[in-house]
Amino acid sequence: MRPRKLIAIALAPLLLLPFFFSSAQESPPLEVKIRAYTNATIYPVSSPRIEKGTLLIKGDTILAVGPGKEVKIPADAEVIDASGKTIIPGLICTHSHIGSVAGGDYSSPIQPEVRVLDSIDVRNTSIDKARAGGITTANLMSGSGHLLSGQTIYLKLRKGNTVEDLFIEQPDGTIAYGVKMANGTNSIRDNGGFPGTRGKSAALVRQKFIDARAYLEKRRKHQKEKPDEAFERDLALETLADILEGKRTVHHHTHRHDDILTVLRLKEEFGFKVVLHHVSEAWKVADEIAAAKVPCSLIFLDSPGGKLEARDFEWKNGAELSKRGVVTAFHTDDPINDSRWFLRNAAVGVRAGMSRQKALEGLTLAGAKMLDLDQSIGSLDPGKQADFVILSGDPFSIYTRVLETHVEGEKVFDLENPSDRLFAEGGYGAGHNREASGCCFYR
Amino acid sequence: MFKAILALALTAISHGQIAVKADLLFTMTGDLKPIKDGVVLCGKNGKIRAVGPASQIKIPKGYQTLTAKVVTPGIIDAHATVGLSGILNSPKHDQEQLEKSSPIQPELRAVDAYNGRDPLVKWLRDLGVTTVNTGHAPGTLISGQLMVVKTNVPSITSMKDTLVPTSAVASTLGAKALSKSPGTRSKAIAMLRAELMKAQSRLLKIEEAKDDEEKEKPDANLRLDVLVDILNKKIPLLMNAQRHQDIAAALRLQEEFGFKLILDGAAEAYLLLDEIKAAKVPVIVHPTMGRPFGDLENMTFTLAAQLHKAGIPFAFQSGYEAYVPKTRVVHFEAAMAAAYGLPQEVALAACTIQSAKILGLEKKIGSLEKGKHADLALFDGDPLETTTHTTGVIIESQLVSALAK
Repeated sequence: MRPRKLIAIALAPLLLLPFFFSSAQESPPLEVKIRAYTNATIYPVSSPRIEKGTLLIKGDTILAVGPGKEVKIPADAEVIDASGKTIIPGLICTHSHIGSVAGGDYSSPIQPEVRVLDSIDVRNTSIDKARAGGITTANLMSGSGHLLSGQTIYLKLRKGNTVEDLFIEQPDGTIAYGVKMANGTNSIRDNGGFPGTRGKSAALVRQKFIDARAYLEKRRKHQKEKPDEAFERDLALETLADILEGKRTVHHHTHRHDDILTVLRLKEEFGFKVVLHHVSEAWKVADEIAAAKVPCSLIFLDSPGGKLEARDFEWKNGAELSKRGVVTAFHTDDPINDSRWFLRNAAVGVRAGMSRQKALEGLTLAGAKMLDLDQSIGSLDPGKQADFVILSGDPFSIYTRVLETHVEGEKVFDLENPSDRLFAEGGYGAGHNREASGCCFYR
Repeated sequence: MFKAILALALTAISHGQIAVKADLLFTMTGDLKPIKDGVVLCGKNGKIRAVGPASQIKIPKGYQTLTAKVVTPGIIDAHATVGLSGILNSPKHDQEQLEKSSPIQPELRAVDAYNGRDPLVKWLRDLGVTTVNTGHAPGTLISGQLMVVKTNVPSITSMKDTLVPTSAVASTLGAKALSKSPGTRSKAIAMLRAELMKAQSRLLKIEEAKDDEEKEKPDANLRLDVLVDILNKKIPLLMNAQRHQDIAAALRLQEEFGFKLILDGAAEAYLLLDEIKAAKVPVIVHPTMGRPFGDLENMTFTLAAQLHKAGIPFAFQSGYEAYVPKTRVVHFEAAMAAAYGLPQEVALAACTIQSAKILGLEKKIGSLEKGKHADLALFDGDPLETTTHTTGVIIESQLVSALAK
């Protein structure tokens, strides 16, 4: 169990003590609260939209979702009327630079030993703003100025005191994260061991993975022959070995059609699990991406360009990929797109031909799949974590506002709360402590 | 030869005589409310021949008829860098918006740098933007001039290709304008005052020479003559000031030198609403989707709504982006303001008629009225909704785009 949850459960009865003493002495103080949100338009995402629906949650878990007539509300449940409001699963951003995240320095182009978790500032206002945008889970990554800039970290945007409070524990006991890689313009630097061409970029990466293969073999042999002796670890190769063993996903920044194909070639050679990120020219090689069965996490910008490799960026990427069956998600790349505009990305996808259903998946379930978290988050289904967002209206309308964001049953953003509203809208004090991070933003 | 004549004839036909029918026609006149079932007749001379409810307007013979759910005046971007800040972001090739060799260079003209064939100009045109006030970017104390141009002009072959060849001079206060020197805000203002005082004494000499034949008119001076035109109120000074102390400094300078001030950006204007209103200064609001860092760290999406409530005239801009998106789309910025409390029709006005007013062009563009330029944007829904497509764009009676973008 996560430390954060332990604290929450331990404190809850203390906070409620006066209430219990005054009115409800008989209620067992440790009982987990049940809440029912009724009369809402609900998009479970894994199933069709429900009108006048009820979302029933118990503690941090979803108990039931369905039409109001079908969901039985227990007598002791707190009932919240959500008439006129829309409920969707918590948004999942597969690519974000909030929390003043940082990865490797510029001493070398491949730094798998670097963990971004060691840089995260959970008090950074960018995290509050992400909650205000309805984001409940994010993959915080280092920049694209390296071939491999570090280990990413998947976080639940709980109200935490330390970065550990936001960790996601995997079934094997380790925490959830991936590895950030990049090719194309940003990682070509032609100094300090950095590549000067695309050919060199690929060669440097291939050599490292070949080294990691040898390391993996050496470790297997050691564990077999000298199981009682400690193996001398290499933090960098260990991370690459995890990738080769399929334990970690590569999150690969790539724009141009030829760079996209280079990633697919590397995947083929080393057999790693990869998600393509940004993919500006995906529309040119959509068939190849579909054939490789590689998921894509897309960025949406209001105009193409900014560099040659993004010149042919098109809004139709979402439509072209999703209609070919590619698992397609969106990301903010905050600060490139502010986390509070995340819903708008999906609306641009719809504008350029993506179905509303696929666009909603792109904000939720598809992202969960890319992070291997679709068993616990990404849709409103019984047994999944109670991560949800209450909206004022249609998810794709510009006029719609995020009213509340809940992570594991806990309200982490409420537009009615003045300090939360400051982060939702901006204003004096909203910017404190915020800095842009990630490669290439300041030029 | 015959082919050439035919091509010319076709051009002549496509130029003019379009009737546009709209379920909702935003003329942006009066109370800004749209006309239901409206018609605009775009005449052969590039001007609007008639506009009003379909019941009152007969479409003449020979007119091509286009229909759309919603029609607005062509969108006006009150402050852009498109055409100077090109799609590739490649210095010396398509980045002409900022020259950093000297902090004060009002003599740099936009007409000498504008590339109307940059793909981003077409990008904006296809989305409904018909006019841009574009030129030198924020980034130095005085970075250069701006001009107003239609988005269907590929090259500036003469000043007549622009609506206004020098529409404003761009100035920047605050962190963006600081480098080695000026290295502080105080030094920046001292440098500006010194330069404006030079122009003041020059202006005095020019005036004296006018009144007194014995006195000689000073020789032409490329830089100071532009500043003289600013002091003469012939050219407004577009001052980019985001923080409250920078906005206050801009107002202080305006009071001292009496130039025509347009506040640009003004992220913290919500702290000085009374002062801005009292100074009767219009504001070209920073892109609503600007990034909250540096001097914009305390920006709010509600700024436009607050200016509206305070009765301060304002318009939207796409502004300048160093990286991506290489250009913003001004009505998308208006849309986000509408999501944060600005009434829909006011948001539309702030990228049409209000922009025209701030640029001094309200007699020519910005609303759909008889005799004004036939610049129209056609949409298949609410122009501010992200999911709506632009279905047609008309500039001076010429259909310049018919995509569903």
